[in-house]
Amino acid sequence: MSGAVSGKGAAVEVRAVEKRFGNVGIIRDLNLSVAEGERHAIIGPNGAGKSTTFNLISGHIAPTSGEVKLNGDVISGLRPFEINRRGLSRSFQVTNVFARMTVWENVRCAVLWATGHRYAFWKNVDSLPEVRERTARILDDIHLTHRRDVPAGLLTYAEQRELEIGITIASGATVVMLDEPTAGMSHAETDRAVSLIRRLTEGKTLVIVEHDMSVVFGLADRISVLVYGHIIASGTPEEIRRDPKVKEAYLGEEAH
Amino acid sequence: MTTAATSTAKVAADAAGGSLRFYGVWLIGIVVLIVLPMIFSSGGSLTSFSLIGIAIVFALSYNILLGQTGLLSFGHAVHYGLGGFAACHMMNAVVSHGWPIPLPFIPLFGGLGGLMFAMIIGWVMTKRAGTVFAMISLGIGELVASSSLILRSVFGGESGITTDRTALPKLLGWSFGPQLQVYYLIAFWLVLSAIAMYALTRTPLGRICNAVRDNPERVQFIGYDPHVVRYIAFCFAGFFAGIAGGLAAINFEIANSAYLGAIQSGLVLFSTFIGGTAFFFGPILGAILVTYLQLGLTNLTTAWQLYFGIIFIGIVMYAPGGIAGLLMMHRPLIRAGTLWTVIPSYLVAIVPTVALACGVILAIETVARFSGGDAINLFGIAFNPTSPVTWIAAAVLVVGGFVVARLTWRRIAEAWDRAGTVARDRGYLA
Repeated sequence: MSGAVSGKGAAVEVRAVEKRFGNVGIIRDLNLSVAEGERHAIIGPNGAGKSTTFNLISGHIAPTSGEVKLNGDVISGLRPFEINRRGLSRSFQVTNVFARMTVWENVRCAVLWATGHRYAFWKNVDSLPEVRERTARILDDIHLTHRRDVPAGLLTYAEQRELEIGITIASGATVVMLDEPTAGMSHAETDRAVSLIRRLTEGKTLVIVEHDMSVVFGLADRISVLVYGHIIASGTPEEIRRDPKVKEAYLGEEAH
Repeated sequence: MTTAATSTAKVAADAAGGSLRFYGVWLIGIVVLIVLPMIFSSGGSLTSFSLIGIAIVFALSYNILLGQTGLLSFGHAVHYGLGGFAACHMMNAVVSHGWPIPLPFIPLFGGLGGLMFAMIIGWVMTKRAGTVFAMISLGIGELVASSSLILRSVFGGESGITTDRTALPKLLGWSFGPQLQVYYLIAFWLVLSAIAMYALTRTPLGRICNAVRDNPERVQFIGYDPHVVRYIAFCFAGFFAGIAGGLAAINFEIANSAYLGAIQSGLVLFSTFIGGTAFFFGPILGAILVTYLQLGLTNLTTAWQLYFGIIFIGIVMYAPGGIAGLLMMHRPLIRAGTLWTVIPSYLVAIVPTVALACGVILAIETVARFSGGDAINLFGIAFNPTSPVTWIAAAVLVVGGFVVARLTWRRIAEAWDRAGTVARDRGYLA
């Protein structure tokens, strides 16, 4: 692995992970290391296994073999909520919000565990000052304060994408994983979303899957290229641009 | 940051204005419960009110599952019934051991009975939601109902367990012999349970229940185990259903296998759905309506279950939000001041719709009473079920009523479109 960050200081580390569905190997010998505070983009052609990689790291599916570490602790095999409680939060490629609940409720639900209220049935959820303040701040951050009482299912597509990011960062996780956050957005919306992501993930570790190359090269400190379930190159945007394997396999004309 | 601060201030202001209205509604409810038997003091109405009170607690407990957590149970009466049996056994034990526990505390033991069973069976049941949960609940319901006929020492077989509520220690001179005193006991527990269940919806757990209902997958990625959330909700639902069962045991002084069965489970699903699951007060309306229908229709016709079925199908198809959903649909129109534009279309629609309903009733009753030959009495007019005149009248009402009613329904839809557009333009969601 050229230029891979060594184990120490890695926020997320994927080591020799395989995922098979029956006889079909979707992910083969996946190795990935994301340093603390780094913005790391995963790119690759359709069907390369980017979303599966996300699902493997976030606990949505368990790897067939190999291990995933979060801040040095093994998390592969843990349930998604256990991984989330350890400080890793992810968004979804297809908008995945609480459709019948208001924007406010959506974000507040995502704040509750992290503020320690858990399954409490003896507290009034409306009179928890730190929950209220944090929810209001996040709504402000994602520019949805004026839509706070609207059911999430009635938001526009771009608004739902922003809410998706809001829910993901609401817990205050130190590792944030965003799965194609700008998919389906217009140019103006994409620019807005990118500056939003840049601001909200300040000081955090970010792992992002993205198709839009301008977003990737503008945002990422490091890039990993995934082809057929295997990372063929990992490095800074400059290194990736120059890598002949990447040029051949994926970037083609776009890389210049 | 300033926007955040103002929005927080707005929340506080909203909360203050809302809380006044909020406590007002609850106070009115309590006053109504106190005054009701003074206005309608006949034995028949007291019995009806008592049954309605029990049905409301039961339906509200069911909505913790269906409306708030998205769990469709076909066996909720299990907790109701076990609560009833627990209450009966407790009452008999109090009497035989001479414990100083007066009757008003008994429903709590009913609740504990319902809770205990929920805690034991719930962990396995709530592992999955959706069809799996529904099927298991059906199975458990049948299992417990049939066990109640086999395990005689606990359930008393066919005849059930009887008890005498007046044999318990008196509280403040109340013997709870007269139905009026039982009514007030039920009303007291109704208020207590309703407040507790409402409060539950306003807790972190209550909100996470809604999140599990909307999207159990995503809940896992905000730190929650949906299985645990469903389990706790299931336990609460079992507890309050047990209280309702305990109240029923006090009211009837008996608990038997009918409490636990599929009919009881179906009835609570029916009440809750007809009332509307999306609003807290929905099941209250549903329980009132269904209990009244049940009491009223069983006296009027042998085909009362058919009417229940027709109403249920009608609600599922045309008003999936139930009565509460229909009522709350009008809120944005009221706020926008455009309600008056739809009212005339309602009034126009009433006549043909009632004609259609009369035709359907006449047709059903003709079939139901054909062999018996009993006259059908509809609004004071007697119809002979074997006479062709009745059949023609029914056919004319059904066909004619339907044709005309459809036209008027279309006018309602058009009036709604206009009123809704205006309401949206004025900034009220419709």
